[in-house]
Amino acid sequence: MLVHSRGGRWAAWALFAVLFLPLFALPLLVILAASFSAHWSGAFPSGLTTGHYAAATRGESLQALTTSLVTAVTASLLALAAGTWAALAAASLKQGPRWSRFAGRVLDTLFVLPVAVPSVVVGLAVLVAFSEPPMLLNGTRWIVVLAHAVLVTAFAHQSVSAALARLDPAYEQAAASLGARPSYVLWKVKLPLLLPSLSAAAGLCFALSMGELSATMMLYPPDWTPLPVRIYAATDRGSTFTGAAVAVVLMAATLLVLLAVSRVRTRASYR
Amino acid sequence: MASATLAAAPARLPRAVPRWVWALPPVAVLGLVFLYPLALVVQQSVRPDTGGTSLKPYADVFASEAFREALVTTVWLALGSTVGCLVLGFALALVIAFVPFPGARAVSRFIDVFLSFPSFLITLALLFVYGAKGMANGIWTDATGAAEGPFQFLTTPWGVLLAEITYFTPFVLRPLLAAFSQLDTAQLEVASSLGAKPARIVRRVILPEALPALAAGGSLVLVMCLNEFGIVLFTGAKGVTTLPTLVYGKAILESDYPAACVVAVVNIAISVGLYGLYRVVSRRAGA
Repeated sequence: MLVHSRGGRWAAWALFAVLFLPLFALPLLVILAASFSAHWSGAFPSGLTTGHYAAATRGESLQALTTSLVTAVTASLLALAAGTWAALAAASLKQGPRWSRFAGRVLDTLFVLPVAVPSVVVGLAVLVAFSEPPMLLNGTRWIVVLAHAVLVTAFAHQSVSAALARLDPAYEQAAASLGARPSYVLWKVKLPLLLPSLSAAAGLCFALSMGELSATMMLYPPDWTPLPVRIYAATDRGSTFTGAAVAVVLMAATLLVLLAVSRVRTRASYR
Repeated sequence: MASATLAAAPARLPRAVPRWVWALPPVAVLGLVFLYPLALVVQQSVRPDTGGTSLKPYADVFASEAFREALVTTVWLALGSTVGCLVLGFALALVIAFVPFPGARAVSRFIDVFLSFPSFLITLALLFVYGAKGMANGIWTDATGAAEGPFQFLTTPWGVLLAEITYFTPFVLRPLLAAFSQLDTAQLEVASSLGAKPARIVRRVILPEALPALAAGGSLVLVMCLNEFGIVLFTGAKGVTTLPTLVYGKAILESDYPAACVVAVVNIAISVGLYGLYRVVSRRAGA
């Protein structure tokens, strides 16, 4: 306890409330309120309506929701596969001789690099590289999925390699000493032990991909518009209330999937 | 017996491929979808539209007023937001950790949820709060009868600054709360029983413990603010251009790819350099 006097404590809490509520709680509440209201031209919104949700869950907006979900799931799975493979390879390299340990560190560095590069630039790079044959992806949905996968791979790799570093080597040594093949050890020992952190990484990748705007703005074809682009388009032409409703849909979808993932994680860690 | 099994196992199951081979597929994939595209961006930045290879695009971009303005805006917005996030994050973390109140855990939960939302939602919300027809101006015009409210800062750099501080403060709060949870509270009790006032305890006991977490969180936020795109785009201010929005504008709106690539290379250089610094700092801090 830092502050012992009752008055001082109340002062600290009051300061906290004054800073925290308007800055962090208000934005989310405001979006929620706006999504249900018909007008907002005074202090408070007026005219309770669910019309914006009707607009946000049909036609183009519904399509944007499925686009976002498909993109996020596909990109997360690709990123998890690549990131986990790279983390496992780097961890195994780090057990070898000196040059091999160095190679493992280089591999780690290469895979965190996408975090450091601005995502707009990742979008530009993917656009430049995949706009001409033989790798013509521009104008297809795959270019969006690919860019999302590149952007989130680093996070998958980071969280899996952190988990690998904490993994007790005794399990795999015991399995190997009993004659298990390396592939058997990987499938039956290592990956099950990594399952909690793999699912956490999956949740992180999914949330990041759902909210990705910068690279998507550079790349999206007209028939593959994810939710963030849709929200931007609505806001830009002045229909902010529809934008707010679509934003609530985006937040709800993200939260639902994160909740499901965290239930999987709890089950996996109690096994 | 056990050692015989151990010795026999490798002989019976010879390692078919050396372990470096397993590292090749991920590197090849990353090279194809990330490293090669980046190399193309650098290559295109020295290929002006007129043909040939020259540094002319760099000279043109560096000479342009728009680029210099964007660079200055980007840097001061990022530095300002980082300082703001550090101060605000430190103050909030102090209260959550050391002046606990019922619901403090719910606040930490809320922060985790907050982190999983995209940044542009904050700007969208600020439009309703401080926008021309928003809540704050509505209260003002209702109360005074004036035609316009006093809050017109949203489309200026200050609006971006407010949104960035709001969105990125949790990124400072999280490492700080983790660091504070490992701090032995007996130190605080001892200092306070020796007569130290809270301000002195914060300065002499808590701040030194928090420095590594502040450094790590601060440099992460600095990199993320430099690269922020959604907040600036949603602000819709024509007057606020940062390096990422300049890349977008040059490439998509003007189709001037060499110039976009030059700005991108500058942005990569700043951002990767700072990120390297962040990795060094956070490894030192053990975070």
